[in-house]
Formats: sequence, C-alpha cells, structure tokens
Amino acid sequence: MSRSHHRPPHRRPVRHLPSRLLTGSVLAVFLAFFVLPVLWLVLAATKTDQQLVHDNPLSFGSWHALKANWHALTAFQDNAVMQWLGNSALYAVISLVITLGVAIPAGYALAMTEFRGRHTLLFATLVVMLMPNATLVVPLFLEINAVHLIGTMWSIILPYSFYPFGVYLTYIYFTTAVPKDLLAAARMDGCSEFRVFWHIALPLATPVVALVGFFSFVANWTNYFLPYVMLPESSQMPIQVGVGTLLSNVPSFNPTVGDLAIQRPQLALATLVAITPVLIVFLFAQRFLVSGMLAGATKE
Amino acid sequence: MTLTHSPAGSATRRRRGAARQSRAGMAFVAAYVVLLVAFGVLPTAYAIYFAFTDAGGTVTGFANFVTTAQDFRFLDAVSHVAVYLAFWLLSLVVFVVALALLLHRLASGSASKALRFLYYIPGALAGAASVLVWLFMLDPTVSPVSSLLGALGFHTFGEVIAPGNLPLLFTVIAFWTGAGGWIVVMYGALNNIPADVMEAARIDGAGAWQTAWHVQIPMLRKWIVYMVILAFAGGAQLFVEPQLLSLASVGVAGRDYSLNQLTYDFAFQMNNINGAAAVSVELLVVSVSAAAVFVARSGFFDAD
Repeated sequence: MSRSHHRPPHRRPVRHLPSRLLTGSVLAVFLAFFVLPVLWLVLAATKTDQQLVHDNPLSFGSWHALKANWHALTAFQDNAVMQWLGNSALYAVISLVITLGVAIPAGYALAMTEFRGRHTLLFATLVVMLMPNATLVVPLFLEINAVHLIGTMWSIILPYSFYPFGVYLTYIYFTTAVPKDLLAAARMDGCSEFRVFWHIALPLATPVVALVGFFSFVANWTNYFLPYVMLPESSQMPIQVGVGTLLSNVPSFNPTVGDLAIQRPQLALATLVAITPVLIVFLFAQRFLVSGMLAGATKE
Repeated sequence: MTLTHSPAGSATRRRRGAARQSRAGMAFVAAYVVLLVAFGVLPTAYAIYFAFTDAGGTVTGFANFVTTAQDFRFLDAVSHVAVYLAFWLLSLVVFVVALALLLHRLASGSASKALRFLYYIPGALAGAASVLVWLFMLDPTVSPVSSLLGALGFHTFGEVIAPGNLPLLFTVIAFWTGAGGWIVVMYGALNNIPADVMEAARIDGAGAWQTAWHVQIPMLRKWIVYMVILAFAGGAQLFVEPQLLSLASVGVAGRDYSLNQLTYDFAFQMNNINGAAAVSVELLVVSVSAAAVFVARSGFFDAD
C-alpha cells in the first residue's frame, strides 16, 4: 500500500527531466538567436573598426570610442542623421494621430452601431487588410503625383494614416470585450452616440487604443519602400531610409566608396539611433500588447 | 394618459433611436471611408487601369502582362520570391507554434513573460535596421557567430551571401523581426483554450505532446491561418532586404531580385508604368487569391 503510494513521485521527476531539459534548451537557443544580434549591436557602437575586427565580438570597447563614433556620425553630411530622426518623428506622430482619430471610431461604429453598408465596409476592410500594401506603392505614386504631393510629407503621412488592420482590431475588441448592454443603457438615458463613445466606450478601449497606436507607429517608423519612392531628397528621408543610404558609404561593404566614408561601428550606432524610439514606445506599450491581444484572441 | 403610453409612441422612439444610431455610425466611419477609397480602392483601380492600357491610354488587353513576363528577369524574380515564401511560411508555422507551446508549458510565469518580451525586441528593428544588423551577423570578420559560419563552410562575406543562400538568409531576417509578435498572439490564443478541455485531455492520460498535437494545435487553427495569410502578403512584397543587400555586395544580389524590386525598376528606371502596374496586379491577384483560399478552407471570418 505505502509502496504503491511512493511509486508515482519517484517516476515523475525522471520522466519529466528530459522534457524539461529539451524545453529549456530550445527556448535558450532561440533566446540567443533573438537577443545576441541586439547585444552585439550595442557593443559594436563602443568600438573602433579595428576593435570590431580583432576583439571579441561581445566585448565592450570604450567610452572614448563611443564618443568618437558619435562625433563622426553627427559630422556626416552636417548631422543628417538627426534630421532624418526628426523627419521620422514628424511623419510617425502626425500619422499616428490621424490613424487613431480615424480607426478607433470606425472600428467602434462597425461593432456597435447599425447603418446601411456596414457589412460591405467590413468586408472591404478585410480584403484591403489582406492586400500586400507595398505592391500598391507604384500606383500610389501615380495617384499622389496626380495631386502634386510627391516630395511633400503628406505623400507618406496620408497613406500611413490608412490602417485597416487597426480598424479591424478595434472592431474585434468592441465585439468581444465590451458588453453591448452597457452602451445600450447609456443610450436609453438619452446620451447621444458621440457621448456614449467618448465617455463610456473610449475609456474602456484603452488597451486597443494602445495596441493600434503601437502597431501603427512601428509599421510607419520602420517602413522603407513608400518613403524611398515618395521622398527623393536626402533632407526628407526618414531615418530607416537614411541608414540604408549610409550603407553605401561603408568601405567594407562597398569598396567603391569615396571620401564620405562611414565605418562599421558608426553604422551600428546609426542603427541604434534608428531603433531607440521604437524600443521606448515598445516599453510603454508592452503591458497592453498581451492584454489587447488576448481580447483579440477571444474572437474564436 | 393612454396616448403617452401607446405602443406607437414607443415604436416611434425606437425608430428615432435607430435612425440616430445609424447617422452616428456613418459619421464615425466617414473619415475611414475617405481613406479607404483614397489609399485602398483608388490605387487598386490605378493599377488595373494602367495594367490593361499602354502609354497612350489605349486598351491593350494582356499585352503588358506578356511583355513583362518575357523580360529575362521575370521568372527569376518569381522563383526567388516563391522559394523565400516557402521557407518563411514553413519557419513561422513550425517555430512560432512550437515556441508558443513551450512558453505556455513553462511553470514559471515570470520566465515565460520575460522570454516573450525578449523574443519581441527584434520587432523594433523591422525594415532597414534589421538588414543592417544581419549584414554584420553574416560577415565572418565581425560576427559573434563567425565560428559557426566557418563550420558551415563560409569564410568570407561574399560566400555567405552567395545567391543560392539568399532565400534562407531573408527567411532568417524576417523570422528574427516578425516571429516575436506572432508568438505573443499564439500564446494569447493558447491562454484562451478552456481549462476544462485541457483537464479532460489530462484525465484521459494525454501527455504534453499528445495534448499539443490533438487539442492545442487544432484549436490554434484559425490563428495559424491568420498568421499565414498576413505573412504571405508581407513576404510576397519582399523589397528592403534584397534592395539593401544590392548596396552591400557589389553585384552579388541585383536590384531586380524580387518582384517588387522589378516593379520599381520598370516604373522608375525603365519608365514603363504600364509594365510595373501589370506586375503589381499579378502580385495582388496571387496574394488575395491565396488569402481567399485560406479563409474559405478555415472559416476564419465565419463569426463575422
């Protein structure tokens, strides 16, 4: 009797050990895959090009080298990097405001109100959401050119502000996480639809606003093809296109480069500058990422 | 008294409420409809119009499609994208689902949360930044995994980025930046599998692998389809990776590696807007058709 009671505890650890080791090993390998390049990037910015080649790839260089890289980078084309960063901030923030102002009310209306054409609009949203948007860059160029906006910031801000994924995400959120009865009660009390939205629905929608805002910001900040086509001047480039052009000036990647050389540690530093705003926004948004996605996940 | 309480009065109030809600709904979607038409419908219409006409506006049937298909670069671009898509979609389905399941099995919630966060970080480097990072990772002179590259037979940057390796390299870059977000989505979906379903499987004697294969993965089906649809659309429009690589590798990866690059080349280098539109239409048709097939087979949007 007592022996039979003891047997399961004895067997369980032995049986689980290989499985647990396997789980841990796989997760550790992927952790290295995801994190190692970022770690390398941070350390590369603290090295000279010589140190980059000869020292341990994961060693720290020096504060002096970091400072020298920073000065060399900011000296490139009269501090073009800072201009690109400012451009990105301008484009991303303006389009973020428009995106949220358009997508959240639209998703709410699709979920919570009835109007003629609602199902058609929802279907169109799904179709457009599934279209590869970079494929439409050429016709978009023609259209923007027809209204003489090429070379202006609106040539990318307006397309950026069209975000069907955000509309759909908001729609899913309101259909699954916000009870209709609550809003119906407010309407019975005589509230206008706008007041129902502004005072009741919107506060409840904080997670999805953060979620749509985050995805929109990241998508626009990291977009390459559209600004590459629409904004031909160097002074107009967002930082992602800018660091792409820096690549042409790195001798080890492009041996034909002339006097305007950029060394690899400086390219690493420029890349860090390019991604820092996204990481900052990510830190603020991340607690909504899981809760918001969970709300979306309950669509099943 | 009776007049104020009449059913007709109530019906009238309900009709006025419904009408008000309808007007409000339309007001709320008005700005979105404008953007949908301007940046969803019109570009599509533009693409179709130019694809079926010539520079003078004359309707030419399928001439633009034939001409672009006969370009010596077209079939190569198609095969490059097709091979890349196969690698990319397979890596997502296998590794994202596997990692989400493993993270879900971790007894330590805080470890699972920390790992999900760390896996997500590379998402901040999507776009040009991710390509730059991986150019360094793949350069044996500076890479932290240069010994691994050496073991695989690659001793120079040129060897690493040989044309035959590119589909796999682009897959690695795309997975590194995109997988983290999908892992969070899959993890969330796993959390929503009812506890009693999991308990029933355990009582029936199912181990971890059996539960994953017979219970969890089937219940993730819709999300896997969703992931495949969006990843297919994203992958078909490959542009920044080969474009930047063409700057970093004197001639190894051309500026016409992918269909989107070819579209760009037709439009802005060869001044052939109509040919560019034809290729765009082809990409749109393939992507939307694939999405339609996936949706129809999975019933993804049935709940709508």
